[in-house]
Amino acid sequence: MMGLLKQLRDSISRAADKLFSGSKPKRIGIYGPPNVGKTTLANRIARDWTGDIIGTESKIPHETRRARRKENIEIERNGKIVTIDIVDTPGVTTKIDYHDFLDFGMSKKDAIRRSREATEGVAEAMHWLREDIDGVIYVLDSTQDPFTQVNIMLIGIIESRKLPVLIFANKIDLKKSNPTLIKQSFPQHKIVPLSALGGENMDEVYDSIADYFG
Amino acid sequence: MQKLKQKTGIKIDLISSQKMAELTTMEKIRMILDSVRSDKIVILETGLSPDEESKLIEVTMSEIYPDEFTGIEIETHLPSTPSGSAFINKLMGRRTPSKLTVIGPANRIETLHKDEKLITTFISQK
Repeated sequence: MMGLLKQLRDSISRAADKLFSGSKPKRIGIYGPPNVGKTTLANRIARDWTGDIIGTESKIPHETRRARRKENIEIERNGKIVTIDIVDTPGVTTKIDYHDFLDFGMSKKDAIRRSREATEGVAEAMHWLREDIDGVIYVLDSTQDPFTQVNIMLIGIIESRKLPVLIFANKIDLKKSNPTLIKQSFPQHKIVPLSALGGENMDEVYDSIADYFG
Repeated sequence: MQKLKQKTGIKIDLISSQKMAELTTMEKIRMILDSVRSDKIVILETGLSPDEESKLIEVTMSEIYPDEFTGIEIETHLPSTPSGSAFINKLMGRRTPSKLTVIGPANRIETLHKDEKLITTFISQK
């Protein structure tokens, strides 16, 4: 009974805080190249704090072809609540060839449709970045070379817009993972190693999110 | 001109910083994409601003068409600066140093190696 009362009191206090704080939750965009685990991370965050998921995960590139927003995710760190909206965005690239999807057993018709939707998704992601994002979680696959033109350009675009950015070195559960290379490539930013799939180092992930975007 | 057309090879447009300075963002993007779509390699002396790069990605995406145009490959080379000078430049309000930029059709240009000091690119003939 006492526990129930405490829960009720906490929930009223949280609602009051939100009502009178006068500030909207910050919209945090999850950006990065295709297939680095952006949706897996978005789902991990949403599942941990709301019980829901945001999108479908897949090994085929460009599974996320529309930006998806999950509102009012309340992350609790050290007795404080940080409320953010998470925007899971399509992977950014400068080229899309439908032939690449044929290798995954897709029909030509489906591959062409997927590539058309993927081009629209990339354009949409860029538009969100210019207009509607307050902070960025930039996800990289720590088994891959991070020093690519897309990464350099996107991080440059984010810096030029003076948006706070955290770089997440994902897939540390894999043997080839090398988060140190990411640290060396982008020494000006905070790098957090993690496995969104296995849930490794999520405490540091949430501490950093609260610290940067709270 | 007729002789040039008959030759096989790779056409390269070298664009000066002066030429770029005369153009608006959309004019720059149009010029780059028109050249790349005509199978040329474009080399920009000073490159694009981050905002222009963002719009270039967006417009490129809208022009991708199956079996015709698969997008662009782009590489930029930032001149190395002594440590700390980038921060001092920002503090003093100086412009970001110019960055040599190479842009080409995605199906013809491939980066073989890239680090802070060297970019090695392979350009295939049609």
